[in-house]
Amino acid sequence: MITAGIDMGSRTVKVVFIEELKVDGAPQLKWGVKGKHIMFPDELDADQAADKAFEDALKGAGITRDQVKKVVATGAGRKQVKFATSDVTEVGAGARGAVFMCPTAKTVVDVGAEEGRGVKANAEGKVVDFAGNEKCAAGAGAFAESMSRALQLSLKDFGEASLRSDKTIPMNAQCTVFAESEVVSLIHSATPKEDIAKAVLDAVASRVCAMVRRVGIEDEVILIGGMVHNPGFVQSLKVALGVDKVLLPDMPEYISALGAALIAAENNA
Amino acid sequence: MSSGEKKEYWRWQENCWIDETKDWRAAKIVTAGIDVGSVSSQAVVCVDGELYGYNSMRTGNNSPDSATNALAGVLEKSGMKLEDITYVIGTGYGRVNVPFAHKAITEIACHARGANYMGGNTVRTILDMGGQDCKAIHCDEKGKVTNFLMNDKCAAGTGRGMEVIADLMQIPIAELGPRSFDVDEEPEAVSSTCVVFAKSEALGLLKSGYSKNKVIAAYCQAMAERVVSLIERIGVENDFFITGGIAKNPGVVKRIEKLLGTKAVDTKLDSQIAGALGAALFGHTLMLKQAASATKAA
Amino acid sequence: MIANYGYKDGSGEFYISIDTDKCTSCPVEHACLTGCPKGMFEIITDDYDDVVAAVKQSFRRSLAFDCSDCKPVGGYTSLPCTTACTPGAIKHSW
Repeated sequence: MITAGIDMGSRTVKVVFIEELKVDGAPQLKWGVKGKHIMFPDELDADQAADKAFEDALKGAGITRDQVKKVVATGAGRKQVKFATSDVTEVGAGARGAVFMCPTAKTVVDVGAEEGRGVKANAEGKVVDFAGNEKCAAGAGAFAESMSRALQLSLKDFGEASLRSDKTIPMNAQCTVFAESEVVSLIHSATPKEDIAKAVLDAVASRVCAMVRRVGIEDEVILIGGMVHNPGFVQSLKVALGVDKVLLPDMPEYISALGAALIAAENNA
Repeated sequence: MSSGEKKEYWRWQENCWIDETKDWRAAKIVTAGIDVGSVSSQAVVCVDGELYGYNSMRTGNNSPDSATNALAGVLEKSGMKLEDITYVIGTGYGRVNVPFAHKAITEIACHARGANYMGGNTVRTILDMGGQDCKAIHCDEKGKVTNFLMNDKCAAGTGRGMEVIADLMQIPIAELGPRSFDVDEEPEAVSSTCVVFAKSEALGLLKSGYSKNKVIAAYCQAMAERVVSLIERIGVENDFFITGGIAKNPGVVKRIEKLLGTKAVDTKLDSQIAGALGAALFGHTLMLKQAASATKAA
Repeated sequence: MIANYGYKDGSGEFYISIDTDKCTSCPVEHACLTGCPKGMFEIITDDYDDVVAAVKQSFRRSLAFDCSDCKPVGGYTSLPCTTACTPGAIKHSW
């Protein structure tokens, strides 16, 4: 059986197909990823974007629409996916996907472009508790993104630059808009870029950490969402949470779509 | 302006004014208030406790220079020298960095005092929408603060948030208010509180077919809702007075008035000078007190 | 004067309000200074020359987070600051 998960994020659409494998005695091998696809919609509206992403994903995986038994949508635009059988919140999908990728994970930290949250999950990947802040850019990737623009660095270079700094410069501004002027004045006062990068990532990490604390930090911690690609953030997060390691899954952008596909499959059974 | 690409839509009008009918040379006490805010700086000069002149400009890279430049505007226009001013009080975010100030007073107390002068002693509630903060103040008939709160954590509901939208829409900031009423129907407020998210929401609205004016209306409404939710903690007792740069934006002011069900007191004076004016008035009172105790001692 | 220190953001309203009229005749010698485990309070001379308690500037924008250890989730049943201040000048909005 093949099921699909489609994640309608604020910037991207992600599709994942999974297939039943039935490997005896290896429960984590019950499902395998059949195909995945990411699209950066531009002018298309949400509805068209979902359709196009799904078509392209089918082509990529070499399957037809009829073979897909069920589609579950997630993400901010999940209600706009007309062909979805049902939908699930990004909190639920993220936790399910994360625990599938790293079965030892208990605390899921999800930092995407516009949201940051902490989720406590059980062994089946179900949400026990969560705390998030979707109303403020300061605890999300958007903060780092807007600051990297101010520093004229790519997000990747920004993260790497941060690793080269051992300074701790506290940022006074709690707001992304205000922090931008703080960064500008740091640049004016000739503060090295790597120190500024670290200050910004430390600030995001401390805000994310405050949310995770609300659900409790239980080993092991897994990070999902776009910030997985930012090694500087991962380091800042480890320090803020006071943990030795943070699990980083493969294909981090697809975790929520994967979770949705798993939920589609499991609710069918 | 042909250089459309480099146009600074956020830039607001700087302003320098003196009261030609008054003669500062004949005054007994000349005091000044300097309000160095995070976005704008103002200098106000008072003669014998009456407003004489002011200058309002954008804050530069450092507070001392901003303070000096702001005052220089009034000095130049009036032929006054710094030595002619008896007492200077600094206020605002950069108040401790005004090099020639004798004392610093918080902007909360100064705004209440300034509003009491500008809007009359019946003013009880003051909403100050500054560049990087928003304050709600309740005061008594003397302009003394009885209850206040200040929100400077977040750009939502501040002048900075408005500048961001002016830039995004590529419409001069002074036109935002009038344009927000030029819509076929009043749209729902932008739902995101956060300025960063409101920006992407605004872009989405444009894409979905909203006119620029309608997006601006949605944003003005959101800003009004935001500050009204802040002021509710203090409560609104009449008279109600609005200070700060956004007081010049009818798109926000009219919507706040509608939400609160009360009209704000009108003033002919520049709403941005309230803090500096309050500081200059504090200086005047202080000079009177000193003179009184000196007479007593003698 | 009621001084509200704090903020309102997407996640809620977080203010510590101090009734400074109660501070001017503080009978417990500014117990708030030591009552708060994080030392968030300070004694200042305000604009009207009254000696009163205030929340330090560095905490005003992050109260939700700084106070969380003293809230029920941190194992407290009553707030150390409001307990220490017997005149009842200090209140939390959340």
